[in-house]
Amino acid sequence: MTALKILTPDEIVQSYKGEFKNNILDARVEKYVNGLKKNEFFHIWIRIERSAYKDVVKHLFTFEKYPHFAVSSGYDLGDTVELVHHFSLYCGAKSRDISVSFTVSLPKNDLTIDTITDLIPGALISEQEKQEMLGIKVIGIPKDDRVFISEDFPECTYPWRRDETGPDKMVRNLHDEVKE
Amino acid sequence: MSKGKTKTSYQIPIGPIHPALKEPVQFNFEIEGEKIVDVDIKLGQVHRSIEWAATKRNPVQVLYLAERICGICSYCHPMAFTLATERVAKIEVPERAQYLRIIHQELERICSHVLWAGVAAHEIGFDTVLFLTWQIRETALDLTEYLCGNRITKGITMIGGVRRDITSDMLPYINEKLNLIKGSWEKLRKIFLEDKTFQLRSQGCGVLTKEDALKLCAVGPLARASGVKKDVRIDQPYFSFGDFDIEYMTPDIVTGEVNGDVYDRIIVRLLEVKQSVELIGESIDRMPEGEIVSEPKLVKLLNQLKKIEGEGIGRMEAPRGEVFHYVKYMNAESPYSWKVRAPTYSNVLPWIPMFMGEQIADIPIVAASTDPCMSCTNRVGIVKNGRQSYMTSEQLHHLSVKKTKELMK
Repeated sequence: MTALKILTPDEIVQSYKGEFKNNILDARVEKYVNGLKKNEFFHIWIRIERSAYKDVVKHLFTFEKYPHFAVSSGYDLGDTVELVHHFSLYCGAKSRDISVSFTVSLPKNDLTIDTITDLIPGALISEQEKQEMLGIKVIGIPKDDRVFISEDFPECTYPWRRDETGPDKMVRNLHDEVKE
Repeated sequence: MSKGKTKTSYQIPIGPIHPALKEPVQFNFEIEGEKIVDVDIKLGQVHRSIEWAATKRNPVQVLYLAERICGICSYCHPMAFTLATERVAKIEVPERAQYLRIIHQELERICSHVLWAGVAAHEIGFDTVLFLTWQIRETALDLTEYLCGNRITKGITMIGGVRRDITSDMLPYINEKLNLIKGSWEKLRKIFLEDKTFQLRSQGCGVLTKEDALKLCAVGPLARASGVKKDVRIDQPYFSFGDFDIEYMTPDIVTGEVNGDVYDRIIVRLLEVKQSVELIGESIDRMPEGEIVSEPKLVKLLNQLKKIEGEGIGRMEAPRGEVFHYVKYMNAESPYSWKVRAPTYSNVLPWIPMFMGEQIADIPIVAASTDPCMSCTNRVGIVKNGRQSYMTSEQLHHLSVKKTKELMK
């Protein structure tokens, strides 16, 4: 572990609220207890303004030299595309690893977000995946090509979208065809 | 082979179908002489839209879909989805079920690591060792079948617990199989760690430095072999892992140093097989009495799950490293969103520094040393001056065996 000092989940949330003030839209800490010894661990969920995203990730480095990036999730809510970026802090500190997830809302008329690959190179594949699956644009991404979807897949069709750009038009519902 | 980026280099594409890989993936290697100077990786040849398909199914049906993400991690994926779902639904899992979950997870780790050891031996030309590992894996699979009723897609996971208990009359068979695996472990250790040829082919080969492993977010045995202490079982003890005193398995335990090479990855996985056998034994000894599932009535459970709203994550230490599932529910029969991140997803970028400076003959063992979760078949396409030809699996494998033989002289 390359931690500077291990903070509690509440201290981490307070640190974010103090540093980013109105850019923190919501924050919650979930506690889980397991086993006969009632071992505890925590998940932190923070909703942030898009404009603060990169600085929010940069702030993780004040807690640990190499914060672990797990993956980015994402889904279509109709008017917005929501991205959830999952990190963890304090790997290597027995039982004290904390999962931290940042949710960012992108309006459909401006689906852009900054890259974090300059801070965490290991985020590249996840950023490429969000571009091709959700139709967002990651600004400054060092490698722009498709990673999971083949080159002959139609342009402007995004498998995780629920609007007209989604994959429904490509799906053959066999039960409907049998009815016809 | 095709012209490379410089006057002296050329490119070799390997994959998407290749014997060193258990699933399709494509590498484009930039080569100078025999040396790899750059590599580009393309994924997605077996993308099956499983995450999308889950949004048309109820959470219990998703368990069976999740089992089919990977034939080797067919326990970890449904279980990571289950952990995420239980957290959204605030379902408390009985303590006995938490211990049973450890047993199944560790048994899966043994099957996976032993399978990997066989593949690694085959890649460098030791097919007798491949058959030895298969014999050991068969014992572990027999035990899996005895506990789950199935060998590959296990069907043991249930939201709120597990589907089958372990009763006292089953213990003699379990102990017999565990003792067999324990006995074989010493054989494996001697072959992999003391054999001179294994050392020559794996030491100093495919090095991933600790800093690269951290920056590129490597997970599992790959990260631990580079000295990064990451193991979700210890870092964030889910199930009942917090009840046990588990150590991070790093190569310095055996050699006193960390080099981050293929040899170190072998050490880590061998140590973890032993650790898993011990964990299964201890779990059986310490397992409390009680229920194995929080809600045995499926209809009632599904009704409860229909009404949940919120998001959760499930993190587990799969054989290849951290498996991560995110799920979002919005008061409906099916999940609104599900993201699956298998460990290989995180271990793709670390391949790049590992390949740099290595020889073509080392490609199979370096690629296999991360234990990538990708299926394999037959041939390598080579494009030379725009003309395409194919190097068969046998030819590439022959190159690797030839190098081993040369080292043995």
